[in-house]
Amino acid sequence: MDDLLFHNIDEPGLATIDTYEARGGYSELRRVLSDLTPDEVLTELQASAIRGRGGAGFPMGTKASFLPKGDMDKYLCCNADESEPGTFKDRELMQKNPHQLIEGMIISCFAAGINKAFIYIRGEYEQQADILDAAVNEAYIKGYLGENILGSGVNVSLVVHRGAGAYICGEETALLDSLEGKRGNPRLKPPFPANAGLFQGPTLINNVETLSNVSHIMRMGGAKYADLGTEKSTGTKLVSVSGCVQKPGNYEIELGVPSREIIYGLAGGPPAGRQIKAWFPGGSSAPVLTADELDLPYDFDSMAGAGSMLGSGAIIVIDDSISIVDVALRTAKFYKHESCGKCTPCREGTSWTVKMLQRVEDGLATPMDLDIIESVCDQIMGNCLCVLGDAMAMPVSSMVKKFRPEFEAHIESARAARMPLDEATLTDELDLKEMAAH
Amino acid sequence: MSEHQEAMRFEDAIPQLADVDVPAELKDWIEQRMAMYPDRKSAIIPCLMAAQKLHGWLSPEAVDQVAAVMRLTPARLVSVATFYDMFELEPSGRRTIYMCTNISCMLRGADAVMQELERAVGVTNGGVSDDGIFLRSFECLGACDIAPMASVDGQFVGPLTVDDAKQLVADIRAGGEVLPAKQLSKRPVAVTLWEGGGKVGAYDVSDSASGAA
Repeated sequence: MDDLLFHNIDEPGLATIDTYEARGGYSELRRVLSDLTPDEVLTELQASAIRGRGGAGFPMGTKASFLPKGDMDKYLCCNADESEPGTFKDRELMQKNPHQLIEGMIISCFAAGINKAFIYIRGEYEQQADILDAAVNEAYIKGYLGENILGSGVNVSLVVHRGAGAYICGEETALLDSLEGKRGNPRLKPPFPANAGLFQGPTLINNVETLSNVSHIMRMGGAKYADLGTEKSTGTKLVSVSGCVQKPGNYEIELGVPSREIIYGLAGGPPAGRQIKAWFPGGSSAPVLTADELDLPYDFDSMAGAGSMLGSGAIIVIDDSISIVDVALRTAKFYKHESCGKCTPCREGTSWTVKMLQRVEDGLATPMDLDIIESVCDQIMGNCLCVLGDAMAMPVSSMVKKFRPEFEAHIESARAARMPLDEATLTDELDLKEMAAH
Repeated sequence: MSEHQEAMRFEDAIPQLADVDVPAELKDWIEQRMAMYPDRKSAIIPCLMAAQKLHGWLSPEAVDQVAAVMRLTPARLVSVATFYDMFELEPSGRRTIYMCTNISCMLRGADAVMQELERAVGVTNGGVSDDGIFLRSFECLGACDIAPMASVDGQFVGPLTVDDAKQLVADIRAGGEVLPAKQLSKRPVAVTLWEGGGKVGAYDVSDSASGAA
């Protein structure tokens, strides 16, 4: 058994259609269009039990089956807004093997009766978008896209759409608003995109990695694909490992391998002489785990069982040379900046969390501030249209809970470092800071 | 409000093509882009970006040009532009450095690199130097495998040392390629791959690790 998504990944020219075809590319699309019905494709996708690779982990085949049948404009949006801190797997897939994604998209469109497809790629990925544009153009010229694809009577159009820098546009309904030319604010659900999505039409939204798996699922057969990984986390997964490791990079693993083997075996572990203090298992919005949790199998359910999540599959490793207060503050600042401002708990909660963590950092806090941080985080979670606020609250409160002694020690030492300021001065300065912030 | 009602109500606020001097290539580009979507408004973000690339920033003139071709009010376009980090509503530089300062880059020394960039460019975060280099810290650019990293006009470079920061700015000023040895596009995937052969447990770490560069 060979690797799937990263098969031949570093072969020069793989991004061009000639090389991709020479390696067997588009043969699954040909077979699907000539031999199978859309329902048969859907059945294979459901049998594979592949779960979405973007973060939420919803079964892809099931999602595709939610689209209503019938003759109308239906849409596929490939979510290529990869913005979760620590995640860079989709970038690699689009840069090096764009046709694998495009083939998967066309097969998915056929399965769900979709005629209009878009790739929403984050604006910062300029080179990758250029590569995709060129690849889409090649696919049109070869007749894999457009009208009456390969004489099958199937029509699929595909447009590469570039965003302009907003983390929130990775949230699926914010992505739809952005693609309609609006500010990227999330929508109230229901209605769900399967019923009323892009331009109010039925819409399927999938991550780059999920769609890149489709041609492999069809080649192997859904049941065979489901043999990979664990029972509830099937297949392989691209893991982006970064932070305090010797060999950061993208690794393709079989879901369910011990996390330790990814972090130490593949990524080389932390630099010599350092120990792992904490790690984010699924991007910076995942609650952190500790060194005691390194033997957990790396799959959706094990991560959820440990109170965290697999998320986008981005492991960020923090070693013992790093202050957890710095990590919490940097994490919170990111989500504060990226909050779209629509829902009060997220807009205000992220902002106040940053202010409180800054006080901790500056030696102006007391341990009571830690309780307030936890309380603010509790009040964000589950109270907004989307989970951006949760994405800050979950990791920050996990850090405060799991590393409370370090936070308290930092509060003590940072206060001591400010001495000989007396309490009155501290209070004044605190007030001045508050005023300055408004 | 329906699109028709909106058009009637705000007709006066839409600049007329006859009054706005739109560069021909921009007009063509916008018209082609609008035709790619079921609703032309979907083209707003790409068209604003095209205008920004042409003008260096989203000046009032640039916004008016897009508005005139798209038949939309400048107010609508600006309301969209202000939401997104990559739109510059004030004069910007001709070269742009986004320095990533998010977690993965921070863990590998991004703050020191940013300080050196500020020193070398001669501005603080968000500033434009006299010779037109725009520097700002940016959050997770999606290249943590080369952390700490920066994007120079869309070209990703890393991992950056403090010395690289000096060289990066020198390369920009010299007008040539920026840190050619550190460009992401020239880098292979960092790893060897999964060599499964079956279920969990069949995974051999030593084999996989041995092939990793």
